[in-house]
Amino acid sequence: MALPRSFKKALWVFHVATGSCNGCDIEIVAALTPRYDTERFGIMLTGTPRHADVLLVTGPVTRPMLSRLKRIYDQTPDPKAVVVVGGCGSTGGVFYESYNVQGPVDEVVPVAVYVPGCPPRPEAIIDGVVKAVAHLEQAGVSK
Amino acid sequence: MTVGIATAVWGGIVVLFGSGLLGLVYKGFDRKLAAHMQGRIGPPLRQPFYDVTKLMIKENIVPDHAVTWLFNGMPVVSLAAVATILFYLPLGGFAPLFSGYGDLILVLYLLAVPALAMIIGGFAAGSPYATVGAQREMVMLMSYEFPLAITLVSVAWRLATILPGAHTFSLAVIAAHPLWGMVGPLGVIGLVLLLISLLVVTPAELSKIPFDIPEAETEIAGGLLAEYSGRNLAMFYLADAVKMIVMSALVVALFIPYGIAAPLGLAGALGAFIDALFFLVKIFVVIFFTVIVVRVGFARLKVDQVARLFWLPMTAMALLGMIFLALDRIL
Repeated sequence: MALPRSFKKALWVFHVATGSCNGCDIEIVAALTPRYDTERFGIMLTGTPRHADVLLVTGPVTRPMLSRLKRIYDQTPDPKAVVVVGGCGSTGGVFYESYNVQGPVDEVVPVAVYVPGCPPRPEAIIDGVVKAVAHLEQAGVSK
Repeated sequence: MTVGIATAVWGGIVVLFGSGLLGLVYKGFDRKLAAHMQGRIGPPLRQPFYDVTKLMIKENIVPDHAVTWLFNGMPVVSLAAVATILFYLPLGGFAPLFSGYGDLILVLYLLAVPALAMIIGGFAAGSPYATVGAQREMVMLMSYEFPLAITLVSVAWRLATILPGAHTFSLAVIAAHPLWGMVGPLGVIGLVLLLISLLVVTPAELSKIPFDIPEAETEIAGGLLAEYSGRNLAMFYLADAVKMIVMSALVVALFIPYGIAAPLGLAGALGAFIDALFFLVKIFVVIFFTVIVVRVGFARLKVDQVARLFWLPMTAMALLGMIFLALDRIL
């Protein structure tokens, strides 16, 4: 089942910080400012994973955040996609093999899009969210 | 009840779908204009339709801690209650589908039902965020209900003193006899005060900024709606859109029920069409000044500030308006 066009035009994102240094988080906030105005693409930040279509995950997954990230992923209604923002979440970054880090995000939940950078530019984050639609379609087909 | 069953059914279907479409279109205008005021481009006018369609496709999750039947039932109750109000409101040049003796009181109660449905749904969700949101909604409901009731009842009472014997609690009668021309200068002052208090109640009734404390995305994560997803959320979204139409149609019916077809000398189908268009404009003006401008211009108030605002200044203003209307009758 291909998703209708309205799905691509109304992506609501939820921001999950799993132990990031706040750099990527500030860039996500920058992407929502009037300068970039993501609402014109229908992209909105929601306050709860229940309303979300796309999870924006920043930071390497620290030990306390492991169970929380899994739970937030389960709380998000299908079809959904995960977008990892920043180098730490993609590979572990400077925290690679640190004693307190459980590994990059894709070892915990399935990831659709990686947005590299330390931090990535807001344009790159918006691009990543838009590209996540392709993954949502695949999830729709498999169901 | 004067209409036939067939008229009621077909009229009901037209009103239901029309108000749903209209509500979403006005929500689109709301978002587009708010974006322009903030120096943004904003979403397309069709954005609310995209949102609703998307939400209908999404999975509908019921949390483990939720009371399932209440949790799933309340969005339906909310939407149904809002839609029922529309049957009692005069829309444009058309008389309300149903009318009787105490429409205004019924509308007052029905206006509280969506808020109550959201409160029950919030408590049924079993989430702390939703519970906090439900408590805030209760505080707000108790705050704005008093000025709202005073406003509605004062208008109907003053009309009853002018037209003895008429069903002045029927919205069709109120809309057919605008009070502005029938009262003296004191009465006009009173009506202005009542209009202002009703306009201030409108954003609170709709849970819009600065009165969006029950939803408050940034502090309690969507509050009442925190656990709602998919189809249930879409129904609350639709109910919110239709409620915007209902509240502004109520303001229009009580205070600005004028048409332009008669002054322009138009009659028949063309006149009805022009009046319907003018009604859409009037609704838009009300929404523009009570929701869109206010939403962009103000920050969110705290719970105690909202309660104080409605209990003291707004109640005082509504009471003063009622006293002016009473003085207008005596003097």
